[in-house]
Amino acid sequence: MQVEHKRGKFVQADSTTLLSNEEIKIPFLRKMRPYIILSPAFLLTIGILIPFGMAIYYSFTNFSFKYAVYNWIGLENYISMFKDPEFWHSVKVTIMYAGLATVIETVLGVIIALLLNRESVIAKSLRIVLIFPLVIAPVIATLIWQLMTNNSVGILSKWLRMVGVDNFTWGADPKTALFTVLVIDAWVFTPFVILLVLAGLRSLPKAPFESAMIDGGSAWFTFKNLTLPMIMPMLLIAVLFRLMASLQMFDIIFALTRGGPGNTLMTLPLTAYTEAFTYKELGYSLPYMLILWAFVYLISHYMVKYWSHTQKKASGK
Amino acid sequence: MLLRKFLAIIISLVVGIVFSACSNSTQSSGSSVEKTELKKLDGFDWKRFKGEEINVMLNQHPYAEAIIKRLPEFEKLTGIKVKYSVTPEESYFDKLTTALNAKNGNPDVFMTGSYQLWEYAPAGYIQELDPFVNDKNRTSSDYDINDFFEGVLNADKWDLVPGHKVGTGNLWAIPLGFEINVLHYNKRAFEQAGIKNPPKTFDELIEIATKLNGWNGEGSYGIAIRGTRSWATIHPGYMTSFSNHGAKDFEIENGKLVSKLNSSKSVEITKKFVELIKKAGPKDWSNYTWYQSSSDLGAGKAAMAYDADIFSFFNNKEGASKEAGNLAVAPPPATKNGNLGSNMWVWSIAMNKSSQKKDAAWLFMQYFTSKEHMIWGATQANVVDPARKSVWEDQGFKERISKIEGYEETFNSVIGNSTIKFTPQPEFFNTTTEWAAALQDIVNGADAQERLNQLANDINKRVERLRVK
Repeated sequence: MQVEHKRGKFVQADSTTLLSNEEIKIPFLRKMRPYIILSPAFLLTIGILIPFGMAIYYSFTNFSFKYAVYNWIGLENYISMFKDPEFWHSVKVTIMYAGLATVIETVLGVIIALLLNRESVIAKSLRIVLIFPLVIAPVIATLIWQLMTNNSVGILSKWLRMVGVDNFTWGADPKTALFTVLVIDAWVFTPFVILLVLAGLRSLPKAPFESAMIDGGSAWFTFKNLTLPMIMPMLLIAVLFRLMASLQMFDIIFALTRGGPGNTLMTLPLTAYTEAFTYKELGYSLPYMLILWAFVYLISHYMVKYWSHTQKKASGK
Repeated sequence: MLLRKFLAIIISLVVGIVFSACSNSTQSSGSSVEKTELKKLDGFDWKRFKGEEINVMLNQHPYAEAIIKRLPEFEKLTGIKVKYSVTPEESYFDKLTTALNAKNGNPDVFMTGSYQLWEYAPAGYIQELDPFVNDKNRTSSDYDINDFFEGVLNADKWDLVPGHKVGTGNLWAIPLGFEINVLHYNKRAFEQAGIKNPPKTFDELIEIATKLNGWNGEGSYGIAIRGTRSWATIHPGYMTSFSNHGAKDFEIENGKLVSKLNSSKSVEITKKFVELIKKAGPKDWSNYTWYQSSSDLGAGKAAMAYDADIFSFFNNKEGASKEAGNLAVAPPPATKNGNLGSNMWVWSIAMNKSSQKKDAAWLFMQYFTSKEHMIWGATQANVVDPARKSVWEDQGFKERISKIEGYEETFNSVIGNSTIKFTPQPEFFNTTTEWAAALQDIVNGADAQERLNQLANDINKRVERLRVK
């Protein structure tokens, strides 16, 4: 007997109505089950949407913690921001920082993961040890590095003096400040890339590599034509996460130099924080954050699209 | 379909909440200087507000520790229950500003610096205290407001007109203690180098500090000075020398605040200061906060420090640092003839304008700024630089500070000419942070006149944002 569902009624093939929806008693809890299951996600969405909506609203006002009254000023904050050379400087620093950090960590992560993808005792122990920086909060890591690079008591400065480099002042010099924060960023986050790439490497099928070996393929040939395309989805996830986090990087730079020397390391998040909490100009700081959000959203959107494409390619579809 | 409907409801709900919250905020914003009407009381009584509960927000500091230690006595005397929170200074003011902005009366009382008053008072966050201090029914007869050092109490007074000096207008907070900026030197370093007396002039300071580079082995240097990209870099040694040199941060011209940071005097003293940093400061100066400066002085890395007088006070205590007992204090070095003074940092307690328990809050403030508590704190706890004159005359306190060579003499020589040397205006943190960034650029090679011209232009634009006249 064929039964089809037409406009809320169960209808038999011979058009005889069996039971209407109203006549079938569905328990209330059963009816609500989808909403109950989804409710944490809805709550989370509200929790994100309310501050986000308020941020958009306040970005069109001159809201400041320093004054009791604020007014709607339209696009004035956005216009001032785009006219401000400091904004363009912070965009440049943000892109440089994020780009360099992501490239360095990806390249280092892949090389170290390839070295660790073997079954020797050293590789096994290093796999555990190399994850340590990842469990340290970036601020704490920065404070450790600050001590190590201190010119009076720092061990790194002492070693540099031993090899004749006397005036290397790490984060205190505009010429080396970016290098210093990149070193700390790489120290903390390269293990994250290693972890993902290593997981990708260990899940690869052995057969193609055995065939390549039998055919006499070189290590570079195997890496370029087999390993890299097959781990590409994992690698892209690592790149995506690192790029997003580096664009939003605040703690390492703030803890090390507060954006200095001068304005050398004033990235978008740091400028937004300084405007909002040091200068108390919340209205003026929000366009910086919203621009950063748009930037991160667009990049992640296209990267996710590209990731789906590479995943299909890696699985041979 | 159902899911879409549900999402639509959620989004409209969120939009509704956001806009109603925003419109409420706009409506609730009121005038910043509304006078508080207080009900009449009949005679002073510590027990009058027995049973009330107040919330107090404290910064992690020896002044706060002294308050916390004596809370049981206060609660016993008044019957008022005190709930308190202590927050480290790094995040204290962010948390406090947000709490005051909520205007829900919590906290009732809070610790603050005087510079912060220039933001909080125009915003209507703090209660003016003159009606409390001047009311015999609210203030104990032995409170004696005139016992506070004039310059210190003046730091908490302002008439809310940007550009008008401190000491004018309402009293917004009561000082707990203060810091003046002096020259700290290591006697061992001086003896070792054959230097008999601490430098009296800035040129002597540069010469001696340069001579003392490497005095205690590898990595040791002449003088510790703060250098981070923060307002806190400007206010100690640099601002002290800046004002002693006769330079000014602002002047009022045609009714407008105009930056004077590119004046000839400002450029002169900035160049001197930069010369000192380059010749004898820490190599990584731009990473130096008060903490690094104080630590280096105590650890024997820096032979001198030009910073808050508490450096020697705490580092000189037996066992507190490697150089304990070797540190001494001298007045700030002069760049020209005239009375030397110091810029000041003042820790105070203030009352939330939105507090619903203002009288109970005032009893709390009164108790913890009384002569009796300040003497106790200065002799039994770690309260340094108490704000009352009578404490400095107390034998117990005199004995305590006599262990630091030059401390009392230096204090007596500069206190008469010391107060806050900045021009009060609500963009203080904005302008001084940019000032610190400019100082960093000059130390890193930028031309002083050019960079200070750029800074003055930038600051003039920033003070245009001022919404108080």
